Amino acid sequence: MLKKTPFYEMHVKNGGKIVEFAGFLMPVQFEGIIPEHRTVRTGVGVFDVSHMGEIEILGKDRLKFVNYLTTNDTSKLELNQIQYSTMLYSDAGIVDDLLVYNLKDRILLVVNAANIDKDYQWIVDNKKYDIDIKNISDDIGQLAIQGPKAESVMQKLFDLDLSTLRYYWATEVKMKDIPVLLSRTGYTGEDGFEVYVDKKYVVQCWQMIFDAGAEHNIKPIGLGARDTLRFEMRYCLYGNDIDKTTNPLEAGLGWVVKFDTGDFIGRDSLLKIKEAGIKRKLIGFEVIGKGIPRPHQEIHAEDGKIGFVTSGTFSPSMKKGMGIGYVEKPHNKVGTRIKVIGKTPVDAEIIKGPFYKQGSRQ
Amino acid sequence: MANIIEGVKYTKEHEWVKIEGDTALEGLTDYAQSELSDIVMVEPPEVGRKVKAGEPIGTIEAVKAVNDLYAGLNGEIIEINEKVVSDPSIINKDPYGEGWLFKIKVDDLKQVETLLTPEQYKELIAEH
Repeated sequence: MLKKTPFYEMHVKNGGKIVEFAGFLMPVQFEGIIPEHRTVRTGVGVFDVSHMGEIEILGKDRLKFVNYLTTNDTSKLELNQIQYSTMLYSDAGIVDDLLVYNLKDRILLVVNAANIDKDYQWIVDNKKYDIDIKNISDDIGQLAIQGPKAESVMQKLFDLDLSTLRYYWATEVKMKDIPVLLSRTGYTGEDGFEVYVDKKYVVQCWQMIFDAGAEHNIKPIGLGARDTLRFEMRYCLYGNDIDKTTNPLEAGLGWVVKFDTGDFIGRDSLLKIKEAGIKRKLIGFEVIGKGIPRPHQEIHAEDGKIGFVTSGTFSPSMKKGMGIGYVEKPHNKVGTRIKVIGKTPVDAEIIKGPFYKQGSRQ
Repeated sequence: MANIIEGVKYTKEHEWVKIEGDTALEGLTDYAQSELSDIVMVEPPEVGRKVKAGEPIGTIEAVKAVNDLYAGLNGEIIEINEKVVSDPSIINKDPYGEGWLFKIKVDDLKQVETLLTPEQYKELIAEH
């Protein structure tokens, strides 16, 4: 049975092309991926991300437990601070990547839609200390308001001076008269916010945001542009770039792994992998000339296969085919020429950092 | 609702074929361009290539998808639309006009009868 977010009828009415994604019926696009992508890069757009999962960890040992559950160090998290992290299996394969919100009376874990049930079960199975676990995914709606104009739109709805809310910080606050959790986060590389709200208010919130954003020509954005936007930032997508067969070190997520701040699930295995030396790395590449790489295509060097594409598409900002994929070391060096094997092999070059570097993210 | 125009024939591969004398002009249907959305790259067949009906002769890539281009009839490619190669979004904007893809010199005009009528094509996409 496919789930619908509270916006389903509205997305249909707005001309959204509906597809199945992670068990939900979601809009993949409205006016088109490229114009929607441009809206977020230059103005402001709103994503219905109510399909994302929310799991609460309650109780006095919650920080200690999440420190054990996740790879990042939660001990230095301040009140209302947010952290990007991963959860690992004992063999260091990735269960999920997630956001950890350290709130007043609870920790909120925001997880990928496709992984909600699996993650909840994993957390329950690994429960220890004095904590409670609540899956509140079905009760919470989530909106992402993203783009260089996001702050000026959202400021109209809050008494709080939003310029004081920094990147990866949250606040529990009223949006007009509706209680929300507001955070300065996103998956686009642009400045922006995410709003978590009781499902019964979420359509009302959407309306308020669109009224406030009318002068900036605010628009709904589908999952298609969500993917091209995150792709240009080289943000990992679970199920594409990371999954249970990959570890955070090879995925370039070593910065969210803290070996020295207490035990976490998967630590022993990951440490062994680190000491033995990682065998492959997730790299980004740009096509030389024509062609668009696609997921699962093989990556070759002169002497044969060295890896495979995990994400590949046309980059609307760079206006060319680009890709992300795993390649065996030492082929991962910036500047390495590779061939991507589609119907017609395409030449490409490994490049450094995010593909798009002009984002408004602070 | 996808626009299906009169005065042309259609293929199962969602292309339209317009007969002009002994040549056939081919392009992508409105249904196909809307399904693909955001077309960003066209790799057309080479002029002079001999083609067979149903044969994949090129590719068309959108942001999220890639599709083969097929020949609708047997014959020889005599012209390609360079404008859509340099600006593929024309196909999204005007699939039956400016967005045409290539022109075939047809071997045997009788083969045209094997193509779908607008009515038949309408039924085909209704099944999707």
